[in-house]
Amino acid sequence: MANYKYHLLVCGGTGCKSSDSDRIVTALNREIEENNLAGDAKVVTTGCFGFCEKGPIVKVLPDNTFYTRVTPEDATEIISEHLVKGRKVERLLYVDPETKKHVADSKHMGFYQKQIRIALRNCGFIDPENLDESISRDAYLALGNCLAKKTPKEVIDEIKLSGLRGRGGGGFPTGLKWEITRNSVSDQKYVVCNADEGDPGAFMDRSILEGDPHSVLEAMAICGYAIGADTGVIYIRAEYPLAIKRLKIAIQQAMDYGLLGDDIFGSGFNFKIELRYGAGAFVCGEETALIHSMEGSRGEPTFKPPFPSVEGYLGKPTNVNNVETFANIPVIINKGAKWFASIGTEKSKGTKVFALAGKINNVGLIEVPMGTTLREVIFEIGGGIKDDKKFKAVQTGGPSGGCLTEKHLDTPITYDTLIEAGSMMGSGGMIVMDEDDCMVSVAKFYLDFTVEESCGKCSPCRIGNKRLYEMLETITKGKGTMETLDKLRTLSHVIKDTSLCGLGQTSPNPVLSTMDNFWDEYVEHVEEKKCRAGVCKSLMRYVVIPENCVGCTACARNCPVNCISGERKQVHEIDQAACIKCGTCLEKCKFNAIEIV
Amino acid sequence: MDMIKLIIDKKPVEVEKGTTILQAAKNIGIHIPTLCYMNLGDLNIENKPGGCRVCVVEVEGRRNLAPACATDCAEGMVVHTHTIRVLNARKTVVQLILSDHPFDCLICAKSGNCELQDLAHKLGIREIPYQGEQSTYREDTSPAIIRDVDKCIMCRRCEVMCNEVQTVGVLSAINRGFNAVVAPAFEMNLDHSECTYCGQCVNVCPTGALTEVDHTNQLINDLADPNKIVVVQTAPAVRAALGEEFGLKPGTLVTGKMASALRELGFDYVFDTDFAADLTIMEEGTELLDRLTKHLSGDKEVKLPILTSCCPAWVKFFEHHFPEMKEIPSTARSPQQMFGSIAKTYFADKIKVDRKKMIVVSIMPCVAKKYECSRDEFKVDGNPDVDYSVSTREFASLIKRANIDFLGLEDSDFDNPLGESSGAGVIFGTTGGVIEAAVRTAYEVHTGKELPKVDFDELRGMDGIRSATIDFDGLPINIGIAHGLGNARKLLDDIKAGKSQYHAIEIMACPGGCIGGGGQPYIHGDSSILKARQKAIYQEDAGKKIRKSHENEYVQKLYKDFLGKPLSEKSHHLLHTHYFDRKKEILID
Repeated sequence: MANYKYHLLVCGGTGCKSSDSDRIVTALNREIEENNLAGDAKVVTTGCFGFCEKGPIVKVLPDNTFYTRVTPEDATEIISEHLVKGRKVERLLYVDPETKKHVADSKHMGFYQKQIRIALRNCGFIDPENLDESISRDAYLALGNCLAKKTPKEVIDEIKLSGLRGRGGGGFPTGLKWEITRNSVSDQKYVVCNADEGDPGAFMDRSILEGDPHSVLEAMAICGYAIGADTGVIYIRAEYPLAIKRLKIAIQQAMDYGLLGDDIFGSGFNFKIELRYGAGAFVCGEETALIHSMEGSRGEPTFKPPFPSVEGYLGKPTNVNNVETFANIPVIINKGAKWFASIGTEKSKGTKVFALAGKINNVGLIEVPMGTTLREVIFEIGGGIKDDKKFKAVQTGGPSGGCLTEKHLDTPITYDTLIEAGSMMGSGGMIVMDEDDCMVSVAKFYLDFTVEESCGKCSPCRIGNKRLYEMLETITKGKGTMETLDKLRTLSHVIKDTSLCGLGQTSPNPVLSTMDNFWDEYVEHVEEKKCRAGVCKSLMRYVVIPENCVGCTACARNCPVNCISGERKQVHEIDQAACIKCGTCLEKCKFNAIEIV
Repeated sequence: MDMIKLIIDKKPVEVEKGTTILQAAKNIGIHIPTLCYMNLGDLNIENKPGGCRVCVVEVEGRRNLAPACATDCAEGMVVHTHTIRVLNARKTVVQLILSDHPFDCLICAKSGNCELQDLAHKLGIREIPYQGEQSTYREDTSPAIIRDVDKCIMCRRCEVMCNEVQTVGVLSAINRGFNAVVAPAFEMNLDHSECTYCGQCVNVCPTGALTEVDHTNQLINDLADPNKIVVVQTAPAVRAALGEEFGLKPGTLVTGKMASALRELGFDYVFDTDFAADLTIMEEGTELLDRLTKHLSGDKEVKLPILTSCCPAWVKFFEHHFPEMKEIPSTARSPQQMFGSIAKTYFADKIKVDRKKMIVVSIMPCVAKKYECSRDEFKVDGNPDVDYSVSTREFASLIKRANIDFLGLEDSDFDNPLGESSGAGVIFGTTGGVIEAAVRTAYEVHTGKELPKVDFDELRGMDGIRSATIDFDGLPINIGIAHGLGNARKLLDDIKAGKSQYHAIEIMACPGGCIGGGGQPYIHGDSSILKARQKAIYQEDAGKKIRKSHENEYVQKLYKDFLGKPLSEKSHHLLHTHYFDRKKEILID
């Protein structure tokens, strides 16, 4: 990188790519050419910067200038102003929502200041399709060190010492999993990378694979060395075409360099990596279901034990880790377990990547040390709630998690504290809600997802979740009673208690946590037939304010179902039974004479 | 063997390592209810997907409830099978299943035999608090099996039978979540699939999701029609199982009562498929000797082993999966079809009835027989040799409908000339029986000597694949036996690979042979019933005056008066068939 005066890093993650970042690259290159800067400036397509809210992102090195919402047309100005004249293009700089001032570089942006990037260390820094760039940032150094200087047991001890726990959601100690798989006696073992990311709104794993595929490949090889496996398989959902493309390139490059394949670094250790595509079933993130899917069978879980570490893929001991878990491994080896364990809390070490979404200013991908509070994530990194609305809840843990409230905001994010608070870490989805969100509808949203994504194998999950969904629908339609709420809670507990796999055992959590934290809202829905957030259409009533109505007939003339009556210059009336709640009357009334109650 | 001590419902129990909680509880008399679980121990078939969650129990120290069928006992485990938590959960799970199940019990084909109905009754369920949408699918009717998957509870038993036991691979779970159901791929129709109609799925289905096509109403109409001569034949395995439908102990032979019941129902002629079984032996046995002799004399055109061909599910199986070997099975038609062919020619001539006025009905332990008689090659100008087939279960239902006191019936004999049979014909009903019957005749024909011992114990049993070498007076004949299509596949693969050492192989599609057929009374997971039926079959054989097919005087007379000799031109025309390559027949709707 040292050969160039400037590096222009253009985000090539799925989000920015779909906002035309490829054309930005072309435009920048064209401008560099035209300004005769080819020897001074290089455009690099990188992985995700995380700040998706303001994408497409272009970052200029060495000064870390962070341009947001860049269009291909901006390329001329960026090159002619910034590179030629040395003046930053102010209008493209990030504006701090507090100070309303332009922020000159990423180091001074609140979004990045609280973050520590371990798993995402290379995302947004390197060209993921160029192995040399990865190597310049220590890729495969850890693998080399393991093979040359450490016994498999020492590798496992290092991972155990680091305190790393599974980032896929369960939080099982990674080193212990490796040790169990190592201790399983077999002629063949497998390393499986679970890249079947499926939580709504989550894209942590996709970004890692798109932005830094070699970190995962290297970690899988380290794992293979530690447990005694010569084959790794990445199970990735087919809806991640860019990640698949970059993985394929990365695997080929690593094979060409001898970093994967036979006799790696002359150590005698062989390791190859294959890809398997999932059809995008949420349940295939469950490790036994994932393995069945890999084997060509229907993706549905089976009873554990036997655990995959004893009897997994093709009946052989298999170590299944999630993408983000793997991405931490090379750093732990390079910087040492003690360094890693110094980050985070006593029982949750290191960092966690979250996909921030919902009613938050800075939607995007973040990585924070364990122990960071929800408040810090939402209000400091996330920049607070959109449109200055009031914070209402934050949902963590995806469809298995729960909704936490104002009173939980100072909860430090760790595996255990989130569970204590009634939610869970999950794989890293974090959806922020404001006063316009109806919590019954939020629960219904998650149940809708679970009903679709249940594999259908066990009856409580297959039928029970459908019944939960139907009861929630009854409530949002204004037909629920207090008895419905009782049944909702009772059935939720039975589903948790009797379901076969983690999906069903946790699917009622969004219902239970919203009932626990927003009981008043549920009661309002059934007793007062009222949705305070104004989300449940069936509970809304459009009414005429007699004092304001002048009888202009605008509402009546525009009503698509002719349910408004009244003589000219007389107060009009809306027939509630016929009203379809389309809102046209409200829109057409010039006298503020229609309101929603 | 490592032993494990645990406590179930305050009672100490010691079991071998690897024993499930369900089994351990059963050992001490605690019967935890199950639904999807199925264990046909004698046949080595087990289904424990842990899917229905009816058998959940509380294990101290465990966060959630454990399925007793799939959870192994552990040292020191403390299990409770009927705490309030367990009872509520179990009841709720069954209520949920019922909430997605049609409430047409009163008119369901499975009423009275439905395990879900029994369970709801046992758990005292009187209301379904969680009402909602019910899953609906179209009904799929084939020549033999009806799929009414609205009633599917995803127990996956049929899937185990179809895929693991039979290796047919037609039924599997499709769709996800609430829409998940067991069906052929792409929800294609069964009659477009590779389904062999073996009916093992029907046998194990706990509800009315899979049932046989009902021919009883058609039969009632035909019996009432004065212009029709209705002739019936009953397969050997029926007499060993029919009594179960009337409360008799499994393995009780009811041959005489069965013949009387058929007369009471109004059949004009009550004949026996066993007669045709003897006829089959004459043809198939002769074919075996013919092929054997030619093969031994170095004729490379003649292939061995010869495979039996009396099982229609097996025939359809090899037509789909091994069509390149369709020259290997015997060309002899099944006893059902030989009977129909002879009844509508030889016998129809004898009683001077036009075949179009004659209705030939078969009572079969089978559902594939319904399909077999619908095959075009078994029709003359569109008139089928066997008009239709009813199962043992349908037959029992007819007897009940006709107010016949079955248990009080006097024994009676079959009519002649198509009712006489040897013991060899009887044993067609069990695995190993066809080949034993063939050996009895082939030995005597080949050696010209009388068998020193009629019973071939080496060919009997319940193991899925068996083999024996029979000494044909100095000529060792290697016999193979397979029951269950998965076992058959193994032998076929060996033949394909040129590794087979057998001269003759008997194959039956159903585990146990016809006694375990898809049309037999439901065994509800008790595989010892099959053993009892098998015992009864051999008992019937032992009690017969004649034990060898070629000694059946009515068969001898049939050859003398009508057919000439085995493999004659007339025999070929009436008693033999040919097979089809069905590999490319699969249609996706």
